[in-house]
Amino acid sequence: MELSGSEIIIQFLKDEGVKHLFGYPGGAVLHIYDALHNQDDVEHILVRHEQGATHAADGYARATGKPGVCLVTSGPGATNAVTGIATAYLDSIPLVVLTGQVPSHAIGSDAFQEVDAVGVTRACVKHNFLVKDLNKLAETLKKAFFVATSGRPGPVVVDIPKDITAPHIKIPYAYPKTVNMRSYNPNVKGHPRQIKRAVELLLSAKRPMIYSGGGVIMSEASDELRQFVRKLGYPITQTLMGLGAFPGTDPQFIGMLGMHGTYESNMAMHDCDVLIAIGARFDDRITGVTSKFCPYAQVIHIDIDPASISKTINADIPIVGDVKAVLQAMNKLLDKPKLPIDKAALDNWWKKIRSWQSQNSYGYENKSGLIQPQAAVEELYKVTGGDAYITSDVGQHQMFAAQFYPFDEPRRWINSGGLGTMGFGLPAAMGVKHAFPDKDVACITGEGSIQMCIQELTTCLQYDTPVKIINLNNRYLGMVRQWQEFFYEKRYSHVNMDAQPDFVKLAEAYGHVGIRVEDPKDLHDAMKQAFALKDKTVFLDIITNREANVYPMISSGKAHNEMDISPMQQKIQTAMKAKGEAI
Amino acid sequence: MRHIISLLVENEAGALSRISGLFSARGYNIDSLTVASTEDPTLSRMTIVSVGSDRIIEQITKQLNKLVDVVKLQDFTEGNYIEREMMFIKVKAQSEPQRAEVHRLSGIFRARVVDVSETTFCIELTGSGDKLDAYINALQENDVIEVVRSGSMGILRGEKALTL
Repeated sequence: MELSGSEIIIQFLKDEGVKHLFGYPGGAVLHIYDALHNQDDVEHILVRHEQGATHAADGYARATGKPGVCLVTSGPGATNAVTGIATAYLDSIPLVVLTGQVPSHAIGSDAFQEVDAVGVTRACVKHNFLVKDLNKLAETLKKAFFVATSGRPGPVVVDIPKDITAPHIKIPYAYPKTVNMRSYNPNVKGHPRQIKRAVELLLSAKRPMIYSGGGVIMSEASDELRQFVRKLGYPITQTLMGLGAFPGTDPQFIGMLGMHGTYESNMAMHDCDVLIAIGARFDDRITGVTSKFCPYAQVIHIDIDPASISKTINADIPIVGDVKAVLQAMNKLLDKPKLPIDKAALDNWWKKIRSWQSQNSYGYENKSGLIQPQAAVEELYKVTGGDAYITSDVGQHQMFAAQFYPFDEPRRWINSGGLGTMGFGLPAAMGVKHAFPDKDVACITGEGSIQMCIQELTTCLQYDTPVKIINLNNRYLGMVRQWQEFFYEKRYSHVNMDAQPDFVKLAEAYGHVGIRVEDPKDLHDAMKQAFALKDKTVFLDIITNREANVYPMISSGKAHNEMDISPMQQKIQTAMKAKGEAI
Repeated sequence: MRHIISLLVENEAGALSRISGLFSARGYNIDSLTVASTEDPTLSRMTIVSVGSDRIIEQITKQLNKLVDVVKLQDFTEGNYIEREMMFIKVKAQSEPQRAEVHRLSGIFRARVVDVSETTFCIELTGSGDKLDAYINALQENDVIEVVRSGSMGILRGEKALTL
């Protein structure tokens, strides 16, 4: 089969099983867009901004586990994509981004729409390629998909000069089924002796703690994790990125940990004597101050990326390997345990955890006649039966979503955890909806975040991907305001969002449905109505309590046992301290 | 502690910037970096000298290993290896006593005069970084016009080798 470079790209995407391509055309990719025309194996979704393309592909990847694919032009096309690429990089999401480049002969001449895309993206990709030879195009694309999806996944950029895609130059093409890279061989197995040692340490624990993260979802190890946790009967906490891998409504799950995690999970982290970290990377929002992190614990760490191990927290038993394979091996060992679990110690441990839990650290006051953002998320949970795909933007609403929408399945909770990219939610929701057209997809957002990629409302209309936008509108950049309240004596510097569009009219202008909710009494019906409109994108503009804060909170430089809890709960905490419950 | 790390890297455009970019992005120290192609034209050999705590050096080697362009890597510091650096140094050599002094020093350090002009000598010297420092220190400060150092390169002693 003789094909041009452009035809090779499209044929390759078909052969690779890519169904959706999120992109935006331009000069350097005109040949490729010509090859996209008149074929329907790969559906191209024309976004309204390249950032939207990357986030949509990212949301698609997070929801499906398949790589998300984007096509953008050179120069501004590539630079607009950078935020989305960095978002995927920080959360280890497999993304393949094809960027057009000026023709080879013009590279380096400051040509129109030229930017060194390989250079610009170098710091936020797993790897990137500049295609210099048409004969290596297919092989390079294969490498890109392989690198993006294997080991610790991540975004890969392939920069393709325009002359490589010229329609009149044709070469033989065959789909490269395999790829060989001598410098890249991710280790997946996990060392059997380390696994054995880890299981023995776990069984000997008096106050064990399981801490799992996004890596479990990445490696499709949810079932293995569930077996593992149930076999042991130990408490489990999950990171923001790991929510859903273990069911959020299971009594063994004691809530998210970290800066805005539950009191009980953070206290349990602090007091545990054996900690097993599974596909989690000890992010600073998780650990608090590292010098006071888990002071009594021996640490087991499973991660496919050796560089994650002992990066911030020293691992006593490191296990480099794919979480799924390692958990399978551990589950096997747990079927015939060498040691009995110390049931009495475990009972005591659970008693302590339940006593922390009885504080209800997520509790909030729901009286003021205003809509509390927490209540809005709880209502969303009720109306969707906990079964929706939820994307979020970044800020208070993101934390409220994580706290009040328990996820029982992996890949349902889609948010920018690492980079914290405002503007992520809506395009990501769109990407999810392309993958699962029959599922409810909601984007929990705020009036700040939503305006950062609001142009994608048009794309939702064009491709008929109805999503529900749950806008928790507090007329503030809420999380920044909260920090200014706590740490800058309420000097609310440039966080006021009072000037804002009429979101209802805006939604209507985009061809969608807008509903404003101001009274707590209307919340349930509005939410019901939004989801009843199955084939409509609905923008729910929910006017919430302006000064609601996210609690509990570990401030910067504090340890897990130094959480701030809501004023409502402070009395209880004082009582706790007096009794000296915390070690 | 000072570490000398040797790498085999894909001989591709951008490989060097990935490696140097890693050091700057993560705030790692880089004392010297040398790179050139090898007998296999698809591979480059690189030697990096860095200073850091054990923890930092461990991260550096892990992060370097993670780069797709890095084929093989070894921290030589713990093992038995040979390390050399080369230097060109241009010094003032105007008067007879000055010339004689430079010659005398060169003899002691086994340096070679590789170029002369009416007022200068250019000297080539190979050895450990310490030896090169000592040579510079032995010269009158005002006599040194220009110093060009290659940065360190290293190779394992004995039968062990960093090859594919």
